[in-house]
Amino acid sequence: MTFADAVSPAEAVAAAAHAGVPILAASALSVTLGGTSIIADIDLAIASGDRLALVGPNGAGKSTLLRALTGMVAPSSGTVTLCGSPLSAIDRRTVARTLAVVPELQELPFGMPVTDVVALGRLPFEPPLTGLRGTDRAAVDDAIERVGISHLRDRDVRVLSMGERQLVFIALALAQEAPILILDEPTVHLDIRHQVEIMRLLTELNERGTTVIAVLHDLAFAAHFFPRIAMIADGRLVADGPAQDTLDDDRIRSVFGVDPALVRLSASRA
Amino acid sequence: MAARIRSRPLLVAVVAVVILMLTLLAGVGLGTVPISPAETIGVILHRTLGLDLGITWSPAVETIVWDLRVPRVLTSMVIGAGLAVAGVVFQGLLRNPLADPYVLGTASGAALGAAVAVVLPIQVAFLAFTLLHGFAFAGALFAAWLVFRLGGGGGPGGLTRLLLTGYAIASVLTAFLTLAMYVSGSELRQIFSFLLGGLAAASWSRLAFAGPLIIVTCLLVFRRARALDGMLLGDAAAHHLGIDVRRERRALLALGSMATAAGVAISGLIGFVGLVVPHVVRLIVGPRASLVVPISVLAGAWLLSAADLVARMLGDIPVGVVMALLGAPFFVILLGRSRVRYEL
Repeated sequence: MTFADAVSPAEAVAAAAHAGVPILAASALSVTLGGTSIIADIDLAIASGDRLALVGPNGAGKSTLLRALTGMVAPSSGTVTLCGSPLSAIDRRTVARTLAVVPELQELPFGMPVTDVVALGRLPFEPPLTGLRGTDRAAVDDAIERVGISHLRDRDVRVLSMGERQLVFIALALAQEAPILILDEPTVHLDIRHQVEIMRLLTELNERGTTVIAVLHDLAFAAHFFPRIAMIADGRLVADGPAQDTLDDDRIRSVFGVDPALVRLSASRA
Repeated sequence: MAARIRSRPLLVAVVAVVILMLTLLAGVGLGTVPISPAETIGVILHRTLGLDLGITWSPAVETIVWDLRVPRVLTSMVIGAGLAVAGVVFQGLLRNPLADPYVLGTASGAALGAAVAVVLPIQVAFLAFTLLHGFAFAGALFAAWLVFRLGGGGGPGGLTRLLLTGYAIASVLTAFLTLAMYVSGSELRQIFSFLLGGLAAASWSRLAFAGPLIIVTCLLVFRRARALDGMLLGDAAAHHLGIDVRRERRALLALGSMATAAGVAISGLIGFVGLVVPHVVRLIVGPRASLVVPISVLAGAWLLSAADLVARMLGDIPVGVVMALLGAPFFVILLGRSRVRYEL
């Protein structure tokens, strides 16, 4: 079943899972920007229900891989498929209902209450003129509650702390009610307690059926909270599998150039 | 407030229309020849619907009401609405609270067009339109197009480039404008009055050109409210929310420029409405474009028509002067009183 004949993204995802097709996949994916190869020849298949951490040094190509997987940049060669269909062939709003990406933390040009920001997650569903309908409001309320920011509902996003803002943007992505959730360094700028809270939230969402893909810098967090880790170095996928296989001492030393003991030291805190 | 307005859109619309009607009556009634509301309503109903209410008026009153004041008030409303919506579009798209309808160089383009028309030693007139109207309209659109092309089309992350290109192009156009003013000799006054802006040139046929153009533009912007909302979060987030950022940005910039060009071609450069109305509306109803666009239409229409009325009462001083003197202090007070939750 493809998106053309599926009634809803959830149905397309279920059909893909049933048929053993990855819900999101890159095959022989390369991206070249301005003549420079950023990622090359990456094969990555994500099955429905996966919880995958993308790790790698700065500049390795993690964010570019995410951008290609979400249709922000076009592959220079290779393909990205969503539930078996080429991503570029699927209508943008359908993609947005299938695949939610937590926006980067950034300043809004105008003040906006938290509820209104989270409600932007319903844009892929809203008819052009009517605004939020009952189902949209319910999805917004549910997202706000799940992230635990009900007490911030009416506050202006711009006066919130970084951690609170990050939760607001995660709630926005959750309001999209998409089967796949993608995050790019969701714990950057956050203190240790907020980092752990976000990891727990992602785990919980995943256990309820959402496929989660996150770029993480913290290897200890990745190892502790993510059953599957994909490591990118110099634009290539160098390892993909459970933490004990991917994050071995030699690889940490060669890819990151640090003493693996430091990673284990930080792992003990999580 | 936002929630109350959102839950009763019909009530808001009715109240707004009533206020606009009252402004129309006041705008038509007040002036050097005062005309009673009964006469005004009588003439309007007679001319629009052919109704006769048993009220009598002199032919002079009919001329003043129907040929002079009604088109002038309606023109001010349409142009005010267009400039306010253009302001909403440019502030939202460029993610910049200081943006106004003229950021893409439309003002200097229109002014240069008008100045060239004045300086050229030829007189062309088609119906109610002279070379000045045509050149001002074309100049505004040309400037916006040039800025868009040279500014990288506002591609991803190119908003600052677009803004700065707008500034650069405006500087060049203004230089030519200054040159045109320098050589204009006795025609300088005509260029000057275009720069000041005003609605003295309003007429039915000019309204018949600008009105439909601006109304259709506003409707098309309203249809794109979702895209405007999504772009508040930046290009990447908008993309992930299913919005074709490049296409929507191009369409919205074109619509904003069209509304601005159609307005300034008739009225000259009118400031303040396009910058301030969107902010005031956002302070009241929050930033969602599905509310900000329609309410800005109403607020812009009201503000410019009310300001033009005051300007006329004060002996036809430039309407921009009235808006700045009365509006700016009000705006500052509003900014000071607004709570953090609806900070600008």
